[in-house]
Amino acid sequence: MSEKKFSKKHEWVSLDGDVATVGITKHATEMLGDIVFVEVPDAGKAVEKEGQAAVVESTKAASDVYSPISGEITEGNKAIADDPGSVNTDPEGASWFFKLKVKDKGEYDSLMSKDEYDKFCKENPS
Amino acid sequence: MGLKRVIMEMQKTALYNFHKNLGAKFVPFAGYEMPIQYKDGIVKEHISTRTRAGFFDVSHMGQFFLEGDITLIESLEKIIPADLKNLKINHSKYSFLLNNEGGIIDDLIITRTEKGFCIILNAACKENDIKQISQFLTKNHKFFLNNDLSLIALQGPKSVEILEKLIPGVANLKFMTGNNFNYEGEKLYVTRSGYTGEDGFEISISNKKVEKLIDYLISNEVKPIGLGARDTLRLEAGLCLYGHDLNEKINPVEANLKWAIAKKRKEVGGFNGWEKIKNLLANGSEKIRVGIKPDGKVIARENTKIFSSNNNEIGFVTSGTFGPSVNAPVAMGYVKSKFSEIGTSIQLEVRGKKYGGKISELPFYKKRYVK
Repeated sequence: MSEKKFSKKHEWVSLDGDVATVGITKHATEMLGDIVFVEVPDAGKAVEKEGQAAVVESTKAASDVYSPISGEITEGNKAIADDPGSVNTDPEGASWFFKLKVKDKGEYDSLMSKDEYDKFCKENPS
Repeated sequence: MGLKRVIMEMQKTALYNFHKNLGAKFVPFAGYEMPIQYKDGIVKEHISTRTRAGFFDVSHMGQFFLEGDITLIESLEKIIPADLKNLKINHSKYSFLLNNEGGIIDDLIITRTEKGFCIILNAACKENDIKQISQFLTKNHKFFLNNDLSLIALQGPKSVEILEKLIPGVANLKFMTGNNFNYEGEKLYVTRSGYTGEDGFEISISNKKVEKLIDYLISNEVKPIGLGARDTLRLEAGLCLYGHDLNEKINPVEANLKWAIAKKRKEVGGFNGWEKIKNLLANGSEKIRVGIKPDGKVIARENTKIFSSNNNEIGFVTSGTFGPSVNAPVAMGYVKSKFSEIGTSIQLEVRGKKYGGKISELPFYKKRYVK
């Protein structure tokens, strides 16, 4: 598994061959608060880079989760749909959102590293 | 062309810095900077209130005092459909200000005091409320909004034990009654009431002493609770939020709050909008406020469209969230009256997709008031 890369919309991606795993960052879960609903995409769905792919809702509001990378969904994580609160506990591990077959690895390479993302969060607090 | 810059001065309650030190996240609410949550977050704050006790700074709400002779009652009864004549001193009622069409200008708690009445008004409405009320007042009546007072709600099953230790006698108060008590050489007014479905109190206390009271509550492990959990608590308790579930175009019959119009006033009338309300009481309203439970985990938030099982649009959601104590999503909204029966299957349109749900009994969470 490759190192995690990060998007400005607070998603993370890791790459294993040509299959990417996508989730939301710990920073995102801290902004959202208690997560109470998750909707993940079905296998076979095509997603565009920065296109809407999943939904996450906290007690406060609903937010879209975007795919930082284009491709075809191979699996949505049903476990987090059944237990949305688990996203707060392990957002960058077991509580990934979906996996997809990557079209263009260049899109992965252009995302931020961990250090760059941390810096981005510090400069864009909200 | 440049953007016109509007500088809005946000108001703060006396406890603003106190909240900040407790790790509050603030949001603008009704012109005030108010805590939406503290470090624990909404779900934990909600559960703390249900299982132990929480305090809420609701000082943004208006504490409006009226004094006057017997004519004050006649004046107020023109805009408030409560039986104020027979309201005993230190007793409170939930009621409304009504416009000529019977629409709800604000919902409120009115308490009879020795000199007249105290009305607790919603923060966003209070200025207009006072304008509307004062139309019916005469020179024999005195009225003032007391901004030197804070208002603290203490809610949860442990509230009585904790407050009784500090202010002996509060345990004797029944639900929707109040009294004056002494605290730190000052008088304060405590009512047994609240907005969570739990037993608890609302404490009207001078801005100077409020921090001391909060220090005591915190040292007794009472948690600070923000507006976020206040919303999930009141929605589980089936209580309305003005500006969402109620507004000037909705009347008490549609709001399923006809119980809050005094029996005598229903018969005799004499208040704003009575003609219309009398008719609705006899014939029913076209739409009515109901509780809604989505079948799955999807949250039907405000403005979600409601459809019948055969796909006709029948209403809309006015409040919707996840109910931590119910452990499921809960909502309230308005549907055409013939679809309002408990258990009726409906559909909720969320992000373009229709999800099943049912008309549900209110409250979602059973109250624990001390009567």
